[in-house]
Amino acid sequence: MAKHITKLAVIGALLALGLSSGTFAAPPTAKMLVDTCAGCHGTKGNSVGPAIPIISAMDPYVFIDMMEAYANDEIYSTVMGRIARGYTEEEIELMAEYLHEQEFKPAQQSFDESLVEAGAKLHDRFCEKCHIEGGKPVPDEEDYYILAGQWVPYLRFAMEDFIADRREMPRDMARRVTRMKKEHGMEESLEALYAFYAAFTDFESTGAGDDDDDE
Amino acid sequence: MAMNRRDFVKTTGAVAAVSALGFPHIARADAKKVVIVGGGTGGATAAKYLKLADSSIDVTIIEPNETYYTCYMSNEVISGERQIESLAHGYDGLKGYGIKVVHEAATAIDPDKKLVKTSGGNEFAYERCIVAPGISLLFDRVEGMSAAAAEKLPHAWKAGEQTRILRTQLEAMDDGGVFVITVPRSPFRCPPGPYERASQVAMYFKEHKPKSKVVILDSNQAFSKQGLFEQGWTRMYGHGTDNAMIEWQPGPDAAIVRVDPDEMLIETAFDEVKGDVINLIPPQAAAQIAIDADLTDNTGWCPVDMKTFESTQHAGIYVIGDAAMATTMPKSAYSANSQGKVAAAAIVAALNGEEPGTPSYVNTCYSIVGKDYGISVAAVYRLSADGKSIDSVEGSGGVTSMDAEDFSLAREVQYAYSWYDNIVADSFF
Repeated sequence: MAKHITKLAVIGALLALGLSSGTFAAPPTAKMLVDTCAGCHGTKGNSVGPAIPIISAMDPYVFIDMMEAYANDEIYSTVMGRIARGYTEEEIELMAEYLHEQEFKPAQQSFDESLVEAGAKLHDRFCEKCHIEGGKPVPDEEDYYILAGQWVPYLRFAMEDFIADRREMPRDMARRVTRMKKEHGMEESLEALYAFYAAFTDFESTGAGDDDDDE
Repeated sequence: MAMNRRDFVKTTGAVAAVSALGFPHIARADAKKVVIVGGGTGGATAAKYLKLADSSIDVTIIEPNETYYTCYMSNEVISGERQIESLAHGYDGLKGYGIKVVHEAATAIDPDKKLVKTSGGNEFAYERCIVAPGISLLFDRVEGMSAAAAEKLPHAWKAGEQTRILRTQLEAMDDGGVFVITVPRSPFRCPPGPYERASQVAMYFKEHKPKSKVVILDSNQAFSKQGLFEQGWTRMYGHGTDNAMIEWQPGPDAAIVRVDPDEMLIETAFDEVKGDVINLIPPQAAAQIAIDADLTDNTGWCPVDMKTFESTQHAGIYVIGDAAMATTMPKSAYSANSQGKVAAAAIVAALNGEEPGTPSYVNTCYSIVGKDYGISVAAVYRLSADGKSIDSVEGSGGVTSMDAEDFSLAREVQYAYSWYDNIVADSFF
């Protein structure tokens, strides 16, 4: 968190000095900005998939970090880097806040039920430390990274990129993935994890969501 | 604001009540009424986003067809990769938002009385009108060509029956045949479309009719994503060799001058080309209703305020999608979707007596060049400082890298399919 706070403070200071963006015109509203994402990422960020991820209800700091990483090509992408470079930091922050408030609609996709339990155990052991609450969206919390209910084809692409070194794993993740591979095999583990995440199809019933009515 | 009046009008069913009293059969224009001419991607998106922003706005779409076939992805129907039914979308999704859909053709727009007239003899009053009618095909610009001849020489530039005709002709063609695509002068709907089509048909030929050829007779000297297309053709279809499956002939020399439908012969400035199947894509302009409503200028397209898409020729009417001139934004589905949202936001502001906000626009289009081989173009746009153009944000956007690896090109195909599902859902459901 410390890193985030510092960064936001710096951005705020730059904004105050009018140095953050190339233009001095008022930025578009958060809704106007996010509406432009919807053609690919679905209305209000709820992609109907399957290769393009759901971006609703994301942790705003995660969104900001990822947009910056796409813009700088630190995360491999086909098209996302080209698009991320079109927005100022201020605009990305507006989008982050707006998307955070949108209701998460989990992907409705098929999965192998027989793998879900094994996936749950692997998740608890290797992933839960960062992907809290079973990787579900928890908009009331901080520092959450959604995996549950996300489209599996997207998760596969992301893991391919991590494993092929096209996207850097956080050090802790790299350690855990290595250990998981050694103990359970990479492919088998990932398949079980994907099944576990795909099994999360009903946001309402989890009780993990946003409790207050912020409409 | 006329809140009470609007609510009164709504709850009492003004149209029926007023006509029962002998007044003309028109709805009251002082309510928050928006009439949308055309239920394609732009019109559908605008309708949905108006309702999402303010459900009290009365939104009516005038669209003759009960089923809309997306032009995007229709090249995959022509190559046999998908069935046309997968491109068919109805209007029940939009009706679920409370949007009215009238299956009649708009025949006139009266900007003074603020009325849209329809083929069914009905009149629809509006406070704001959105015109999203797409394109007209200018058959008469090609000697020997006519709307009737398009049954034999399909354009397939509006999806549906025309797509089916072209697919059937390609299936019936003998191996060793020549498939000719003629490309009109820019601007036209879907700039990369003709070249994706050539690619898709070459993919079909490669597998099923390997002695056949695709000839593109282009009126232009360059085209969208050209380097990437040619790279793909070189890798998959022998481009640049004696056995090239796709032959691109640039304009102006290769521009079509005359066609003889009986002889299946195309005349260019210096040559005559025979085709076994001819896909004649005619020159284009804004759809007839936009021309009739005096929304076009001498270019044949509709000039608009870049901030709101309000016509610069008639106040209160907004033109979006392929019919509009949006400077650097291509005539694509994504542009229409994006413009629909900008226009909807501007109208919501106007109906509430507010100034329109700062717009944001995006375009993203994919072309599928072959099996597991997709390429894309993307752009984020901002209104220029003088408000006269829509400019791509410096340092952003652009096309797929020429160095893209195989896995990446394969991913772009998957993204293209997901793009399709999402843009259809975002526009129609």
